[in-house]
Amino acid sequence: MNWIAIAVTFELALLTAAVLLIVGLPIAYWLTFSKWRWKFIVESVVALPLVLPPTVLGFYILVAIGPHSPIGRFYSDVVGHPLPFTFEGLLLASILYSLPFAVQPFAAAFAQVDHRLIEASWTLGVSKLKTFFRLIAPLSMAGLITGAVLSFAHTLGEFGVVLMVGGNIEGETRTVSIDIYDEVQALNYAGAAKTALLLLAVSYGVLLLVYAMNRKVWAVWPQH
Amino acid sequence: MAATLTIDCRKTFPGRFTAAAQLVLPLDPPRVLILFGPSGSGKTTLLRCLAGLEWPDEGRIQFGSTTWIDAAANVRLSPQARRIGYMPQDYALFPTHTVAGNIAYGLSDLPPAARQERIRELIALLQLQGLEQAKPTQLSGGQQQRVALARAIARRPQLLLLDEPLSALDAPTRVKLCGELRVLLTQQAIPAIVVTHDWAEALTLGDIIAVMNAGQVLQVGSPQEVFSRPANAEVAKIVGIETVVQGHVVANDNGLATVSVNGMRLKGLGADVSGSAVYVCIRAEDVLLEQAGSGITSARNHLSGHVTEVVPQGVLVTVTVDCGFPLRAVITRGAREELGLEIGSVVTAAIKAGAVHLVPRSV
Repeated sequence: MNWIAIAVTFELALLTAAVLLIVGLPIAYWLTFSKWRWKFIVESVVALPLVLPPTVLGFYILVAIGPHSPIGRFYSDVVGHPLPFTFEGLLLASILYSLPFAVQPFAAAFAQVDHRLIEASWTLGVSKLKTFFRLIAPLSMAGLITGAVLSFAHTLGEFGVVLMVGGNIEGETRTVSIDIYDEVQALNYAGAAKTALLLLAVSYGVLLLVYAMNRKVWAVWPQH
Repeated sequence: MAATLTIDCRKTFPGRFTAAAQLVLPLDPPRVLILFGPSGSGKTTLLRCLAGLEWPDEGRIQFGSTTWIDAAANVRLSPQARRIGYMPQDYALFPTHTVAGNIAYGLSDLPPAARQERIRELIALLQLQGLEQAKPTQLSGGQQQRVALARAIARRPQLLLLDEPLSALDAPTRVKLCGELRVLLTQQAIPAIVVTHDWAEALTLGDIIAVMNAGQVLQVGSPQEVFSRPANAEVAKIVGIETVVQGHVVANDNGLATVSVNGMRLKGLGADVSGSAVYVCIRAEDVLLEQAGSGITSARNHLSGHVTEVVPQGVLVTVTVDCGFPLRAVITRGAREELGLEIGSVVTAAIKAGAVHLVPRSV
């Protein structure tokens, strides 16, 4: 097995989930509680990666961060090297690609919180931000974990976006799914099978965790 | 100028009605204002506007020298900045917090020692000892109500807003907690606005009653004024109690109380008439009029007096009899003719003890 690719993949997935946990929360909060009438426009943009072919998304990201775009030029001026075909570029693409997998469970969990509790918190003098951390987040914990875990699992298996934005650089952007593809191209089916099985096991385990949590199978356990 | 809470605002509900409220509540000494009316009359909306959870389309709310809402000047004070104690109808206790955690929720500005001290005070005040670490789901309805009250008064708010504070409770608990709530409101000396549709609660808790219907404030006055002298037929219909007079309990024999009203003795039922001052409440349809000096009936109260007013309303006639206090009775036109009732006629009013409702009042 290609342990370097596995390490790169897990690092990418963990960082993506962590960033989405930070970036996704305000987006989900806004999507849940805003009364703006054009909100659906933003909702549709956030959901786009669900339906867009990864190659299309990857193509636009590549163009957006490439040396001919202002963003790409700004990045290479500041950091000293261009963003495409680096781990950082891949991370950015993964974050955008997995955005709906984090934001949608977050928003669904926030919408489940009884609004009267939020109002009660406000009338007790607690600011909107503190109400979020003291009341809304604890009440939405299952949704927050679901979103983080799903974005982690989704990033583990991404292929098209990685190929478009990251390429296939050992130790930098070669992820497990690319490695499997390479092994198959090289007719090394045994190597591909091992890595595929690992990915299958991890993905299944992660989903077991998510579904079990949302069904509250542990609710029979005593609370203390 | 004494500090007041001045409300003058309008809010339109498309397809329903435009709610409009103009009220002035003196804040010193603190009073309890009751918003009284049937469901859908706009009481809760008005309370939520006061809490800063809803915004009127027009008008202003002024609390003392602070403007809470001024639609014209685009002033909107957030709920956090109003220093209020708000208790919604179903209490909205935080399920993730313990009883102590709920009470302490708004106290994070206090240093830890002062916060613990305040929690202890409130636990003792509302008799929640032993429940500090319980979660809201483990509490009875009455206990939940007490926790919600403790949480609402914990920050020593400058105004208490209680939305149907007792309606989620069963009848015996409600009567008990209603008395406790009245004591608490008097003790705490915080101006309060209480929404209710229950006339006994309104009489027990209120210093001032505002009768609302379809978004309009129909009458504002003392409980006795509003109940005994409704401004118009609509108010009379909403309050539904035609005779409300003050009395004193002189004896209580297993729940059958003897009350003195202007020297007249009446027997009535009061489940929890602990104090001696009560409101005596009698519905006009529960009063039977008979010719003076006729036979014995099962009714415990026979009061003779003379007719002071006769008001025909369709097939019914409302007759006011002065029997030491003005007592209203509603009878049919036929009955009136048979009895030959005119102003000045002498009659006996018979009322069953069960129809004489006794509601405790603050002196």
